[in-house]
Amino acid sequence: MPTPRQIQVTVNGRRYESTVEPRLTLADYLRHEISLPGTHVGCEHGVCGACTVLWNGRAVRSCIMLAVQADGSEITTVEGLATDGALNPIQQAFLEEHGLQCGFCTPGFLMTVTEMLEHNPNPSDEEIYDYLGGQICRCTGYQSILAAVRSAIQKKASA
Amino acid sequence: MKPAPFEYAAPDNLEEVVSLLEENEGDAKVLSGGQSLMPLLNMRLARPEVLVDLARVPGLDYVREDDGLLVIGAMTRQRTVELSPIVGEGHPLVLEATRNVAHPQNRNQGTFGGSLAHADPSAEYPALAVALGAKLKAVGPDGEREIDADEFFVTYLTTDLEAAEVLTEVRIPKLPAGAAWSFTELARRHGDYALAGVASYFSRGDDGKVADARIVLFGVGATPVRATKAEQELIGQTPGAAVFESVRKAVLDDVEEPQTDVHASAEQRRSLAAVLTQRGLVDAARRAGISL
Repeated sequence: MPTPRQIQVTVNGRRYESTVEPRLTLADYLRHEISLPGTHVGCEHGVCGACTVLWNGRAVRSCIMLAVQADGSEITTVEGLATDGALNPIQQAFLEEHGLQCGFCTPGFLMTVTEMLEHNPNPSDEEIYDYLGGQICRCTGYQSILAAVRSAIQKKASA
Repeated sequence: MKPAPFEYAAPDNLEEVVSLLEENEGDAKVLSGGQSLMPLLNMRLARPEVLVDLARVPGLDYVREDDGLLVIGAMTRQRTVELSPIVGEGHPLVLEATRNVAHPQNRNQGTFGGSLAHADPSAEYPALAVALGAKLKAVGPDGEREIDADEFFVTYLTTDLEAAEVLTEVRIPKLPAGAAWSFTELARRHGDYALAGVASYFSRGDDGKVADARIVLFGVGATPVRATKAEQELIGQTPGAAVFESVRKAVLDDVEEPQTDVHASAEQRRSLAAVLTQRGLVDAARRAGISL
């Protein structure tokens, strides 16, 4: 039995100390160890993007990152986006533009769009495609997601 | 889809990394960004006894210029390379190769050195390193050594690194002044592994003829493939459509053993490599303001 490791992680502003097996992925840590099931697990090999979270502000795949690698880091999950139950502008835009149907991929899309707009408030279509290319949705056909992203850009600009 | 159990170590110095690799010879894997290793672990295609994480070793994360060379620490995130002003201003082929590496979400975590040490023949950075004649610095039980990119890639997922050696730094020459360059690949979906791709550049003499050329293909063999016959077709010629057409034909001969898999047949890959080379040269010429 491999030696468990102590980790300290700040998730959505709250600090957690846990003892974990080295092989535990960050996605499973978030879902099962600290009960934040908003991060979804799809392909489990870094392709679909459903598990995308922010790691020190950057969007990463939490299914191909170990919880032990996150030791000492700040993580933001989809649970960290709304404030007191009020959706943030990106979430609101996805709601209004029907940027989701079944919702399984949505947490990953939201986290990716969060990072993109954080670093580039006015991305070109090419840049949006480049970012969203890393996220797979099997329902919407993407056009409504693109509409949501464009609406989110407007909302954030006028906020 | 969960990794088999392993021990995990995250040393804060290189000496300890090397001694852990030595103690666990053959049973240990180095973890850098994990964008290739973690899928292999999740699918249990790799089952190391020990993972040695480089992330806590200080001083492996930098992009700088030294003596006209671009110098990149092995643990530098691909995203850092992409956003580096040094790369953006003076190393266009490195930048373009980086933009083709997977997705932004992978580049945020994946490292420059990790991709090279993983040595996937479909990956961008190994071809880039061979095209630019990079030198790779490794540290092991017997100290430090430098390996030419030409000799670093041995076969599929296999490099010249010994079991207890770890890649620490990559030194990359600049393109020749005024060189026309291109990085072109074709993938089923943007961000996927390329079916085939090519990194190329050429420079011209005062007479307008090609003085020097490099054409390195990827996705079409066990390592990056230097298209030497194609380079010879180009050297000494005035760049133009007819010359690029004979370069395309020469690439078909340069590609010896492309793999056949579910994504593409060997013949498709050979043909793609040739067409992409031709297109790349056209792009390169246009970008350099050469009228064709």
